[in-house]
Amino acid sequence: MEKLLELLEQDCSLSTAQLAAAAGLSLEETEQAIKKYEEEQVILGYKAIIDWDRVRRETVTALIEVNVTPQSENGFDRVAERIYQYDEVESMYLMSGSFDLTVIISGRTLREVAQFVGERLAPIPGVTGTATHFILKKYKEKHLVFRPQEPEEREYIFV
Amino acid sequence: MNYDQILNTKIQGIKPSGIRKFFDILEEMTDAISLGIGEPDFVTPWHIRDAGIYSLERGHTKYTSNAGMLQLRREISAYLNRRFDLHYDYNGQILVTVGGSEAIDLALRVLVNPGDEVIVPVPSFVCYGPLTEMAGGVPVYVELKAENEFRLTPQQLKAAITPKTKAVVLPFPSNPTGGIMERRDLEAIADVLRGTDIMVLSDEIYAELTYGQRHVSMANLTDMYERTVVVNGFSKSHAMTGWRMGYVCAPKPIIAAMTKLHQFGIMSAPTTSQYAAVEAMRNGDKDIEHMREEYDRRRRYLVESLNRIGLECFEPKGAFYVFPCIRSTGLTSEAFCEQFLVEEKVAVIPGNAFGPGGEGFVRACYAASMKDIAEAVSRLDNFLTNLRRKQGREGS
Repeated sequence: MEKLLELLEQDCSLSTAQLAAAAGLSLEETEQAIKKYEEEQVILGYKAIIDWDRVRRETVTALIEVNVTPQSENGFDRVAERIYQYDEVESMYLMSGSFDLTVIISGRTLREVAQFVGERLAPIPGVTGTATHFILKKYKEKHLVFRPQEPEEREYIFV
Repeated sequence: MNYDQILNTKIQGIKPSGIRKFFDILEEMTDAISLGIGEPDFVTPWHIRDAGIYSLERGHTKYTSNAGMLQLRREISAYLNRRFDLHYDYNGQILVTVGGSEAIDLALRVLVNPGDEVIVPVPSFVCYGPLTEMAGGVPVYVELKAENEFRLTPQQLKAAITPKTKAVVLPFPSNPTGGIMERRDLEAIADVLRGTDIMVLSDEIYAELTYGQRHVSMANLTDMYERTVVVNGFSKSHAMTGWRMGYVCAPKPIIAAMTKLHQFGIMSAPTTSQYAAVEAMRNGDKDIEHMREEYDRRRRYLVESLNRIGLECFEPKGAFYVFPCIRSTGLTSEAFCEQFLVEEKVAVIPGNAFGPGGEGFVRACYAASMKDIAEAVSRLDNFLTNLRRKQGREGS
């Protein structure tokens, strides 16, 4: 059954018939399994990976290193929750190493992002420091490469 | 000048492939889907490409030894042992060639004397007959049957053997049928050949693309090692078609003869490609598994879809082709492919391009994206529905 998850992780636009054939399951089994995964929130959602640069929409993405004082009962979770509840937060991870949280946020402009960090994130009790790194260029995300497919000039060959 | 009188008569007698015209049509189309070319859709894995690039950076731009780099032959020997339980000495039993194709050409040229017969099962890849002829031999075609899942049967082989038979080609897993020969099938063939001087030219270029079981080589069988020439390469297993990297393994006298010819005709296989191939052998097994799994998914989807929309298709257990029967449409293979291409803009190859046994079938290659395969299936469904409607009208 985990095969289904691997397939979906690779390409969630596959039809049920394609998934079923590829995983070696019946249509019904596939539908049921997916439904179950969704209900149990093993599958959290389905999203497209978009290269916004190619439609010339301005976006700015920043990766913010956040240092946090853990709380006695909930450790990092309580503070983390207060951060990720903001819609601006795209992804967030608890880290090992020299800082505690990686927060990835995106906004329309640099100012918007800076404002979020200064006015929302930094003042949260427990947050002791932030370091903001702006992403200059996206090369690859979720195994997908951000570059226009170069059409290959080639003649057909009979093999 | 009259070149007909200048050119070698044998090469003039060899007909060019008839499917060129499909490609001419295809090249004019913009949104066509091609399931026509038999080549992996993957790019060579990066670590392998990188090894080739690195060899250039270090200035490895000279000839290698005629037989191929020692470290590559060592790696090939270890790989064959690891993956197929085949035991070949890197010193004298392995020759690195320019693709599997050169290996096939060399093998035929060092084995065949004028007038010798070479048994060629068809439908199969198109090179065996012409290369036999150029080597001075006579190809004897044996038509494989769909009801046998395009295996070569011992009865067919026996019927084709004459005192002039020098070799039999075993092209399995098969391009274009996707058929394979399992151990018991090979045993039956071996029973016919044991005790004879007939050689087997076993083209195992698709060996890694065998689904649900491991490939068995003819050379694995008792008493067959000494009468088998194994051809393999990196094109299909490691998505390295453009690197032109193949190899051939056989008893020492045969490799010695092939190396002689290779040294005159080729010198040595491309050095950059050999360095890349070393990396492929050392760290490429996981790439093979990954690609095989991908092909397998597409294979299952395509076979199921074809049967669902009414094109009878036996389950191909190897390579990356399906070979459905199109006789139910009442069309010839060529008419089918031409109409399908013109009406629905999908290219598949008429089965008769692979020899007489292929008429009534078409070859579709599923080394394409799932999206393209799904779209091709839906266009095929459309094509068949329209065809039936047309034929229904004509019939009434």
